[in-house]
Amino acid sequence: MSMNTQGRPSQPGTAQDNELPTISGDRGLDLEARLIFEIGRSGVTGVDFPDVKVADTRLGGLRRKGAVGLPGLSEPEVIRHYVRLSRQNYAIDAGLYPLGSCTMKHNPRLNEKMARLPGFGDLHPLAPRAATQGALMLISELMTWLTTLTGMPAVAMSPKAGAHGELCGLLAIRAAVEARGEKRNRILVPESAHGTNPATAAFAGFTVDEVPAKPDGRVDAAALKAKLGPDVAAIMLTNPNTCGLFEGEIVEIAKAVHAAGAYFYCDGANFNAIAGRVRPGDLGIDAMHINLHKTFSTPHGGGGPGAGPVVLSERLAAYAPLPLLVADAAGFRLIEDRDELPEGAKPFGRMCAFHGQMGMFVRALSYMLSHGRDGVRQASEDAVLSANYILASLKDVMSAPFGDGPCMHEALFDDTFLEGSGVTTLDFAKAMIDEGYHPMTMYFPLVVHGAMLIEPTESESKESLDRFITVLRGLALEAKAGKRERFDGAPRYAPRRRLDETAAARKPVLRWKPDALPQAAE
Amino acid sequence: MRYLPLTPDDRRAMLAKIGAPDIDALFRDVPREAVVPLSAFDLSETKGELEVERALSKLAARNVAAGAVPSFCGAGAYKHHVPSAVDHLIQRSEFLTSYTPYQPEIAQGTLQVLFEFQTQVALLTGMDVANASLYDGSTATAEAVLMAQRLTRRPKAILSGGLHPHYAETVETVANLSGVVTRTPVTPGIAEDIAALIDNETACVVVQSPDVFGLIRNLRPIAEAAHAKGALLIAVVTEAVSLGLLESPGAQGADIVACEGQSIGNGLNFGGPYVGLFAAREKFLRQMPGRLCGETADAAGKRGYVLTLSTREQHIRREKATSNICTNSGLCALAFTIHLSLLGEEGLARLARINHAKASALADRLSRIAGVELVTPVFFNEFTLKLPKRAAPVVDALAAKGVLGGVPASRLMPHEAKAENLLIVAATETNTDDDFAAFEAALKEVLA
Amino acid sequence: MSEVRFTDQHEWVRLEGDEATVGITRHAAEQLGDVVFVELPQAGRKVGAGGEAAVVESVKAASEVYAPVGGEVTASNSALEAEPAKVNEDPEGAGWFFKLKLSDKTEFAKLMDAAAYQEFVKGL
Repeated sequence: MSMNTQGRPSQPGTAQDNELPTISGDRGLDLEARLIFEIGRSGVTGVDFPDVKVADTRLGGLRRKGAVGLPGLSEPEVIRHYVRLSRQNYAIDAGLYPLGSCTMKHNPRLNEKMARLPGFGDLHPLAPRAATQGALMLISELMTWLTTLTGMPAVAMSPKAGAHGELCGLLAIRAAVEARGEKRNRILVPESAHGTNPATAAFAGFTVDEVPAKPDGRVDAAALKAKLGPDVAAIMLTNPNTCGLFEGEIVEIAKAVHAAGAYFYCDGANFNAIAGRVRPGDLGIDAMHINLHKTFSTPHGGGGPGAGPVVLSERLAAYAPLPLLVADAAGFRLIEDRDELPEGAKPFGRMCAFHGQMGMFVRALSYMLSHGRDGVRQASEDAVLSANYILASLKDVMSAPFGDGPCMHEALFDDTFLEGSGVTTLDFAKAMIDEGYHPMTMYFPLVVHGAMLIEPTESESKESLDRFITVLRGLALEAKAGKRERFDGAPRYAPRRRLDETAAARKPVLRWKPDALPQAAE
Repeated sequence: MRYLPLTPDDRRAMLAKIGAPDIDALFRDVPREAVVPLSAFDLSETKGELEVERALSKLAARNVAAGAVPSFCGAGAYKHHVPSAVDHLIQRSEFLTSYTPYQPEIAQGTLQVLFEFQTQVALLTGMDVANASLYDGSTATAEAVLMAQRLTRRPKAILSGGLHPHYAETVETVANLSGVVTRTPVTPGIAEDIAALIDNETACVVVQSPDVFGLIRNLRPIAEAAHAKGALLIAVVTEAVSLGLLESPGAQGADIVACEGQSIGNGLNFGGPYVGLFAAREKFLRQMPGRLCGETADAAGKRGYVLTLSTREQHIRREKATSNICTNSGLCALAFTIHLSLLGEEGLARLARINHAKASALADRLSRIAGVELVTPVFFNEFTLKLPKRAAPVVDALAAKGVLGGVPASRLMPHEAKAENLLIVAATETNTDDDFAAFEAALKEVLA
Repeated sequence: MSEVRFTDQHEWVRLEGDEATVGITRHAAEQLGDVVFVELPQAGRKVGAGGEAAVVESVKAASEVYAPVGGEVTASNSALEAEPAKVNEDPEGAGWFFKLKLSDKTEFAKLMDAAAYQEFVKGL
């Protein structure tokens, strides 16, 4: 034979289970990243610019005296650093992300491409009117979609997120109350509400009065009506609510609220359950923000940016903040000043500089045009169907406090099924991480103990849902059987084990500091 | 519909498992009369990607992108070159399609970025601590004023006339509920004597530098005057690149800094989304709005990061929270951090110098035109010209000649008679000598 | 000679002469979890019975601490600012929050004694 000395084993051998710490601290594809401040140095940059000298004559004696303290890195280092960091994140693109109330649905890439068209992405907000007609037309078209889908006559586009939209709605209500010469300072908020609701009410100068929930997870309409009075400015109600249930008495509640001279603010965080099927305007709602990053798929981006346009009823439309979009013979125009207001407009003020989250408007309209009205409705139905499928498939092994009837787009469980097992909601959630899932929303809403709120969205295939159900059933059965191995100290297979939040809060370290430098003086 | 994975068979099987006869049964809690047929919505039906792209591209084509023509618009939003690496990295699925890092074990990527971001912002502004960002510069300014009212338990906020009017209106909208906001008169090209207005009821003075006309303000005497009366100085910056050349607000004595971060890493986007930088002295930490990321260790002793001091925030403190904000501007903050990492100390310094040099050269060139006068003697990359006629029609005429020649001051302050002829002009590293020549020629023609 | 009483808001108060020392109960400290921050009243501040006097925070919760009895704050336990963990370690001793000069002794008498508080907690 002709002898070959290059032969190597091509069968895997036996896998060894025992953990062997690596020399590098990295583990295969699990790659660590130090801080840019630790890897950077002086004398290197990732951007090439000529070294232009400038005189001090036009700097008013305020030229920077010391260095900023930024590290220098080349482009390959920067790319490697942030690619490594990215790999320590879970993402919708990687797996099911069932965060209840957050609506982690698929983010179409067409939307990203459209938002980056130079005509949108590279358009200056104060460019002359003639240079921005396409942008204004796009906003107008999005406004048409939003008002049509909600059955409301008007929409304020500038709020930059859901909570900002809440603020916009309450400030419109405040203006309307004041225009009637009344003093109404109280806002009714159900105890199941998102934390932003009471925070926004306080932010807008109101006092907050909590309304209890009934044992079936709905707001106690009788208690709510009893609290109405001449000092109540509005109620803030989420519908479908944070338990994933539709508030069936909503029309009756709206009538009572209006009869008491108050306004009805709806938190539209869960509009994605009913879009294309139910129009909030038909329910008697006066103001509702729409999270474009939930219902209309603009990406969450690790926590923002979002967008929170607010649809307004006839009673509140006049108080919408500046700027206003109007059309005349010469095309579209933004009204940015009180002296140019159209008949009847009484804006309460301005929410932010410029005109809102244009980049998100493009993405949301791209989503809407893609779906069409039929696709929007189908998406809502699939979201509700998927949540109910999960509820039906898990309620025999987990505990669903309101599981007797159907849910909307999210299924709520509590920790009753874990009683006596020594496993907590937190342990259960962390064990899901080891199984390759992002945990559901936990400990919210506050009205049930150890809450687990699962929102699968319409973006999962049946196979994906079935796999998820199998895993959750497995975990639930093990927990109930007292097999705690998977839960104690989970997660094991994530980039980090559980983190010490107590230490982080007791001695906050909120920025990197060079070892040699003393702490900044107070 | 290409984004919906369920097939009709899947749907039937799932309904069977649920025990519901049809989808309507799942909506049984919705009052019958509230359910509307599809025909109630006068909207289009499902469209393919190609059709949507065509429709939106048509709209985009009706706009004049800043990069398509000589462009000199600023006034709170600036055209800068964003390195290719930035957009590539922020489109990584793991950054783009993740949520707020509520589960730190699987969100270290986002969290470490925020820690780096907070450090960069603190360094750049010369402050002790920075948060994980707010919506934009204007809302950050409003939050700063509310924070000052809480800290001092005083009602009055004095806004400099040089503060961007959109910022001032944003502040007034919320801070008049909890106090009293006053504005000093507009004095283009001159620093007003704001120090004299500070009294014992004053929570804060808010001063922008460079101001809306581009004028660089000396914050030091204002900080001293404010502190002497127990008030705080809030410094506002709308052009973050200026911090590469100018002394930081922190070094000049500011207590809180609110800054628009769009210039670094983020496109113009017709006004949003942008990223609000928010920094303060450490002693004010507990009254800061927004998210904070902190360093800690995991159970195995590895360094890691978590959201911290959350008891300030709405999801825990509800009506007693320091703000109702529930997000940050995550992806825009990421773009900021990556761009600033690429720039580094030397890159930022050079970029800032180029911006100043360009603006300086353009100011010289344009102020030589007959009847045109430079109003702002000291500036960074933006200056104001006084024209011999109203600026708004001049800008429209320039646009007709293919030049986006800045922002007429009257667009931002239509009630100021003295602003009528003022034109706010920005120049950045993106402008070439050809752009300058085109602007000069067009302006000469329009003014002739 | 001192006497300790309890409120239904889970504060304890120990009376010595007309000086009352106030803290949160062991039960409250356990429910709250690891205490990470306390905000204490300044000496000289006057508070009414039931008025907000201090704040205690864990990672996921923030609670007001109410004055069980009215009076003027004479001292606060500044050691807690550096070491909030003392509230967990010794809630009814070294983890005290503040001292008050009592204005009305009958307010003290209305509060629960240890046995009544134990019963009250059992009933929750």
